[in-house]
Amino acid sequence: MRTLLYLLQKEFKQIFRNKAILALIMVMPVMQLLILPLAADYEVKNINLVVVDNDHSTVSQQLISTIIASGYFKLVDYSQSYERSLKLIESDAADLILEIPADFEKNLIREEHQQLLLAVNAINGTKANLGGSYLSTIIKNYNQDLRLKIMQGKEQKSTGIINVVSSNWFNPEMNYTAFMVPGILAILVTMVGGFLTALNIVKEREVGTIEQINVTPIKKHHFILGKLIPFWILGNVVFTLGLLISWIAYGIVSEGSLLVLYSFIWVYLLAVLGFGLLISTYSNTQQQAMFIMFFFMMIFILLGGLFTSIDSMPGWAKLLARVNPVTYIIEVFRMVILKGSGLKDILPHLGIVSLIALVLNSWAIRNYKKTA
Amino acid sequence: MGDKVITTEGLTKKFGDFTAVDNITFDVEKGEIFGFLGANGAGKTTAMRMLCGLSIPSGGKATVAGYDVYRQTEKIKENIGYMSQKFSLYEDLTVIENINFFGGIYKIPSNLIKKKSDEVIEKLGLQPHAKKLVGSIPLGWKQKLAFSVAILHEPGLVFLDEPTGGVDPVARRQFWDLIYEAAERGITVFITTHYMDEAEYCDRISIMVDGRIDALGSPTALKKQFSSDNMDEVFYRLARGAKRTE
Repeated sequence: MRTLLYLLQKEFKQIFRNKAILALIMVMPVMQLLILPLAADYEVKNINLVVVDNDHSTVSQQLISTIIASGYFKLVDYSQSYERSLKLIESDAADLILEIPADFEKNLIREEHQQLLLAVNAINGTKANLGGSYLSTIIKNYNQDLRLKIMQGKEQKSTGIINVVSSNWFNPEMNYTAFMVPGILAILVTMVGGFLTALNIVKEREVGTIEQINVTPIKKHHFILGKLIPFWILGNVVFTLGLLISWIAYGIVSEGSLLVLYSFIWVYLLAVLGFGLLISTYSNTQQQAMFIMFFFMMIFILLGGLFTSIDSMPGWAKLLARVNPVTYIIEVFRMVILKGSGLKDILPHLGIVSLIALVLNSWAIRNYKKTA
Repeated sequence: MGDKVITTEGLTKKFGDFTAVDNITFDVEKGEIFGFLGANGAGKTTAMRMLCGLSIPSGGKATVAGYDVYRQTEKIKENIGYMSQKFSLYEDLTVIENINFFGGIYKIPSNLIKKKSDEVIEKLGLQPHAKKLVGSIPLGWKQKLAFSVAILHEPGLVFLDEPTGGVDPVARRQFWDLIYEAAERGITVFITTHYMDEAEYCDRISIMVDGRIDALGSPTALKKQFSSDNMDEVFYRLARGAKRTE
């Protein structure tokens, strides 16, 4: 026990003396949480649109101005031919082409039927897809408005239109910051915990002090606890800082109890630190540790369900997501912060993350050898 | 005398096909200053690591401070001091903090650590640097401090792996004063070095060539055996036959 106190004392002194690390721990959450949510949301704006208007009618003009007025599109060219506009797509200057056929107005009103051509540049998949569907929706609405105007006075045609009205539960305004901020916080806690632990131990190996530790009668578990506890506390500090920023900057207040959130973080940090520890036992230099960590972090984060839904991933990826601690923290954050879930609801998550923590830490302790 | 602090019999370490330490047999007596010589790559450090309980041998027998190098590595670690080739105090801790930390790790009671810490600082004349980070003090002082920290818990035996590498002659001389002082207190000193003048300071020396111990005895006896005037020549005669290069 006394040994552990000496270890902790040493570790904290070293951390507080390393101004760069300290600044990183404090500045990283603030910067990331303040900047990223503003830029990284799923809304697509500034879609470059080319219109090929072969009709030059009132209706076609109205349609175009409705589209531009939506604010999502930028009209980059009002082109004469489809061929010419295709060149713009090829040179990446345009994302979408909308071709309005000749006699559009005439056919639309007389025959109540008309086709528009929408060509999509699929290089930037998200932008093009969302742009395409935005555009379709705008055209559909315009069409309905037009119908109503034309039909006025006439007998309504009894084609039943099914209107789907959706309401977004738990995040009523589909507010992207409420969705992204907890996610970014989750990643921050993961990165800070994992990287700091891994690099710290490998640094001792690089400098040679670990050899000195290995030749002392220090107990393996004491040494490892001496490394885990300081970074566990730092992880809590980063998390608390992050919660404060989400509250002050975005007004995000957890719907669920903070205690539930913290109890999850406590277990989660053990898992992440255990992972950092494990990586450190396999690396000889900080560079190695950094790259291995980066490799796994990419996978953890991309398969963690922050950016894309896990439900739509292929089977093998779903399986990977189930052993990925990041999946659980993102789910729990969203459940507790947005939905107000209680301890009972996150028990399965807590259970699995505890198991992950146990496996990673025992593996790391086994693999850390004082005697080779 | 007559107590053996280290005994080895056919001690061997292999890394795959490579035999780093090949069947070495020697004893070190209590209170002795034992010089462990050899060219780079001869296997000195590997042998030393086995004796410190950092590396499990591939074959042979050895005991250190009465404990077995296979099964009682942690017991060995309680009873030895070790100062490695690489400077191994924490550079981002102060002189006092380093002494406190290693004292604590070796389970020295805190009031005794305080006392010993004052003694060490005074003996080394480190008072003006006591509160400075170890990274900022000169190498000669660092090495003397590292040695003092390695014997802070009064071990029966201390291993020094090229402790004076890169240190100026005056500081080296002072370092040896510390070694003699420790030996007088009954601490056995096991030291590797590349300086032949330092080899002369040892009670007995062994010279490793290609993983084997090719010569063992007091400096005087070895000089006689190889009919040379100085240790440089003895070393050169033996090491010239080495097949391994670094």
